[in-house]
Amino acid sequence: MPARRTPRRGRHRHAMVQHTARRIVVIGNGMVGARFAEEVARRDPAGERVGVTVVGAEDEAAYNRVLLPGVLAGRYAPDDIRLPAPAESAAVAVRTGTAATAIDPARRRVTLDDGTGLDYDELVLATGARAAFPPIPGLAAADGAPEPGVTALRDLADCRRLSALARPGGPVVVLGGGVLGLEAARALAERGMRVSLVESSPWIMRRQIDRPAAQILAEQYSRLGVAVHSWRVAARWLPGTGLELDDGRVLPGDALVVTAGVKANTEIAAGAGIDVEHGIVVDDTLATADPRVHAVGDCAQHPGGGAGLVQPGWEQAAVLADRLTGTRPEARYTGARPVTRLKAEGIELTSMGEAEADDTAETVTIADAHGGRYAKLSVRQERIVGAVLLGFADPASAIARMYDDGAPVPADRLALLTGRPAPETGETGAGPATDPLVCRCNAVTRGGLETAWLDGARTRPDIAAATRATTGCGGCTRDVDALLAGWNGASPVAAP
Amino acid sequence: MSTATHCPYCALQCAMHVEAGPGGAPAARPAPFPTNRGGLCRKGWTSAELLNSPERIVRPLLRTDRSGGFAATDWDTALEHVAGRLKGLSAEHGADAVAVFGSGGLTNEKSYLLGKFARLALGTSRIDYNGRFCMSSAAAAGGRAFGLDRGLPFPLPDVASAEVVLLAGANPAETMPPMMGHLSGPRLIVVDPRHSATAEQALAGGGLHLAPRPGTDPALALGLLHAARAQHLLDEDYIAARTTGFDQAWKHAAAFWPEQTEQVTGVPAQRVREAARLLATARGAYVLTGRGSEQHAKGTDTVSAWINLALALGLPGREGSGYGCITGQGNGQGGREHGQKADQLPGYRRIDDPAARAHVAEVWGVDPDELPGPGPSAFELLDALGTASGARAMLVLGSNPAVSAPDAGRVRNRLSALDLLVVCDFVMSETAAMADVVLPVAQWAEERGTMTNLEGRVLRRRAVLAPPPGVRTDLEVIAGLAVRLGQPAERFPTDADAVLAELGRASAGGGADYAGVSPERLEAGEELFWPVADAGASTPRMFLDGFAHPDGLARFAPVGHRPAAEEPDAEFPLIATTGRLMGHYQSGAQTRRIGELAGAEPEAYVEVHPDTGVRSGVAEGDWARVVSRRGAALARVRLRADARPDTVFLPFHFGGEEAANNVTNPALDPVSRMPEFKVSAIRLERADPPQEAAAPRAGAGQRGPARPAG
Repeated sequence: MPARRTPRRGRHRHAMVQHTARRIVVIGNGMVGARFAEEVARRDPAGERVGVTVVGAEDEAAYNRVLLPGVLAGRYAPDDIRLPAPAESAAVAVRTGTAATAIDPARRRVTLDDGTGLDYDELVLATGARAAFPPIPGLAAADGAPEPGVTALRDLADCRRLSALARPGGPVVVLGGGVLGLEAARALAERGMRVSLVESSPWIMRRQIDRPAAQILAEQYSRLGVAVHSWRVAARWLPGTGLELDDGRVLPGDALVVTAGVKANTEIAAGAGIDVEHGIVVDDTLATADPRVHAVGDCAQHPGGGAGLVQPGWEQAAVLADRLTGTRPEARYTGARPVTRLKAEGIELTSMGEAEADDTAETVTIADAHGGRYAKLSVRQERIVGAVLLGFADPASAIARMYDDGAPVPADRLALLTGRPAPETGETGAGPATDPLVCRCNAVTRGGLETAWLDGARTRPDIAAATRATTGCGGCTRDVDALLAGWNGASPVAAP
Repeated sequence: MSTATHCPYCALQCAMHVEAGPGGAPAARPAPFPTNRGGLCRKGWTSAELLNSPERIVRPLLRTDRSGGFAATDWDTALEHVAGRLKGLSAEHGADAVAVFGSGGLTNEKSYLLGKFARLALGTSRIDYNGRFCMSSAAAAGGRAFGLDRGLPFPLPDVASAEVVLLAGANPAETMPPMMGHLSGPRLIVVDPRHSATAEQALAGGGLHLAPRPGTDPALALGLLHAARAQHLLDEDYIAARTTGFDQAWKHAAAFWPEQTEQVTGVPAQRVREAARLLATARGAYVLTGRGSEQHAKGTDTVSAWINLALALGLPGREGSGYGCITGQGNGQGGREHGQKADQLPGYRRIDDPAARAHVAEVWGVDPDELPGPGPSAFELLDALGTASGARAMLVLGSNPAVSAPDAGRVRNRLSALDLLVVCDFVMSETAAMADVVLPVAQWAEERGTMTNLEGRVLRRRAVLAPPPGVRTDLEVIAGLAVRLGQPAERFPTDADAVLAELGRASAGGGADYAGVSPERLEAGEELFWPVADAGASTPRMFLDGFAHPDGLARFAPVGHRPAAEEPDAEFPLIATTGRLMGHYQSGAQTRRIGELAGAEPEAYVEVHPDTGVRSGVAEGDWARVVSRRGAALARVRLRADARPDTVFLPFHFGGEEAANNVTNPALDPVSRMPEFKVSAIRLERADPPQEAAAPRAGAGQRGPARPAG
């Protein structure tokens, strides 16, 4: 526990801090809670304005949940995905293995599971979300605990369980064809498992991409050893056997990974009388109806959306740190323009906004099923309103940036996808190059070289002395040699 | 007459012969040398032209009223005037009322003597130099990683044998063309927001161009480290045996998986993975950084992030691979070693280190307590001029801060507020034009001395001809003032070789040890790379047996990414980034006065994406006003389809209304105190041509594209 919050000790040394620093308690040491602490420490490294205490239920340092499929694939060891410890700052204290059990908004106090409590001036809820299991027989016991062979993929413990359940060469079933399900399936295939993926919607990544893209993506997955079963409902899990579908087929599986959605962890907020719908309801200041209670990340429900992706959560963390440290009290979170990037080795998929924009949008589509590529770009009033880009890695990043910035798109939209802008008229050097530059460093043109040759320079050193060509970066040496060979060959008369 | 010497401009210090050209005027031609391999760029070819320029100042100029013009005077009058004013201001306001501003263009001897002059003759702590704007971030990062910073800790020709070279924020094809001769073999990975000439060469040679959004370089470096580790490509044995601190550094990189790196930098995740694989699997690889990495409010951390990548791949301290900083200014390396930096004494010693103070004080024959402590860094020094807490007089050598400092309009206001501004120069630079006293000094080919190039190689600069009558060397000016300020004459020798010998003693035992450097060894053609501790020593390759920290281990720096000091918004929706052109050097005070160079690039321009041009209402060839929160620069529009739509580029070689630094942001790096030249939020407006454009420009149009007669 930080000395500055124990009144009996360090009173003299920390007297200033004690009286003026506002106490912020963060519930949740996940990616967004830890990032909030880091953002605060950057703005107030000495803890002069605020003192942050982060409590996290997991008994380990914060880590990067987004990379769990990478752990599964063997790209990372569990310790490789730890987040930087903000505890090094005077502004931040972290208590892992400590769960908050209740909030008393009237007394501004959080009760912890070790029997102690923390008083706060500002409370930040970063409790995240947990896997939601669909009501399919055999998945979970009455108390919600997964049945044998079944696991979610939300934390390192899930990763360890899955690694123990699945063996290389053996079959695994992934239930849920969203982003996490597809990433998990790819990672398991990388590890040599035989993977089946089941999605109850008509196509995979239903929320992010359109049907033609999903078809090409599914074919890509098949080639990588993942059998995709879209628009199939699971009937029940048969431990030791596999997943039975509603048409009676059984997909063999040593393990079942459930990636069929999440549920925000809102119980502690609801218990304190804070307004909760799908998540903890917040406004643009990221405050709940209680102005001293804030929520960020997957547990928060903002009208502009953003839950489920880390980038909006990190943006919220930065905005709230601006506000609560007083760095930028006017900072607002006005909603996400999330860009989804599938992290699957060998597949480059980016999507944003409306995957199926209506007729009011101008849409460009390129479909190349054979090449495994698909691009769709929808524009309204010169702004990107949606894009699906499969196998268009280079333009995807530029398009995502334009979408994120709300920047206008170029007139030539096809060029945006193919990377080949139509020639602009009136551009520098666009005119016909009557006398091309050969040596850029010394601005020597072909005509200049020819004049020097006509004046008697027959060798490269002579040419260099006469024109300086080849003496800069040397990149034109070959061209000069070729020109000389041509001229000397055409006119074998010896130089005077 | 044909004398072998080195080019006056950049840190490559190409070897050249200077000899009588047609009509008897001196002319330069390239000479064979390991660095330039017989090459020379157009700046080098034309460098001798300024020696005979009609714009040369050849008599001291003095004025007592800045609204009036200068009057030519004699040296005694000028030096007496300056010394008298300095003494008066110092007596009235304390020694720190006088500041000194030096340069990475000065020889080692001048850098050394200038530092000594400030500390002893003036007793001021306020001395710094324009190298703070160039190499200080890499110096800080290199020092913290390796224990000692030498730009390239290996000879430049080493890189030619590598399979892959990553160039971060460096554009040598434009800024030091002959260096490209060493880079024609390796595949290049060029990191630059611009589609630069070097990026072009990388792509032509089967390499990569990674174009991060300006200000996101650390995220890209962290992302490459992440991608290398995720592909199991790190050199774990090297990390264990030769470094410390990897785990903490990795935690920051862990947050930059390739897709996240793409989100922040705009570089496609696939390219991040590809670049990491290319670099990590190469037989022989180098990571080289330039100003594009450094000139940020987070430049030190940015360079550290690149060094972390190099360390994680096991590159530094091994023959055939490594990390290096491509130094910019002619003596950028030597200039940062010998005591013209606010926090330094000769030999790369810290001015707050009692042992360093004792050593140098003994060489100087003074009590260590007489030496002032550390002073403010360059921009802070400039920004305080004429204020209650700042200096009231300043002496400037080899620098043109009225054009080259960030937020140059503000700096010009500060310069105007001085009681006394004294500028040593050979042409009427923008800063000289603001001065009370201008002292005409000799040029590179008119005096002797040593320079230390980008490899830490000490070079002999030779006198080819005598300076014009009435012109003195910088060493003579320093000595003349020192004596008039009451110093014994023998303390300030005017002979460069005598100064070098003293510099050798002062630097002995320091990081940059020149004790064994002598004119005789240099004249005999020995290759001297510092440290040169004694008459037999030279160190072409550093760190082969261990790094310069006490435990011999290199340090990973735990650095993350943070945004630029200023991000675009509705009012200033674009980013301006600044840099150099092939035909000009630094503030352009020299190159704008050379007919051929000025003729090719006579005026400031701004590179704009055609779509951005349409939206800003500017067309090819229009004049545009590039406006930031700090000021505006006028530049002619050049539309480039390969430019980033969110970024414009401004070369910084032009003065007055066309000075790019009128818009740049003086947000400083917390460690190196380097300003953020590379990221300014701006908007573009269509503008009328600059007023000054109506007047004839120095040299412009006097000659066509010149060709030296053979």
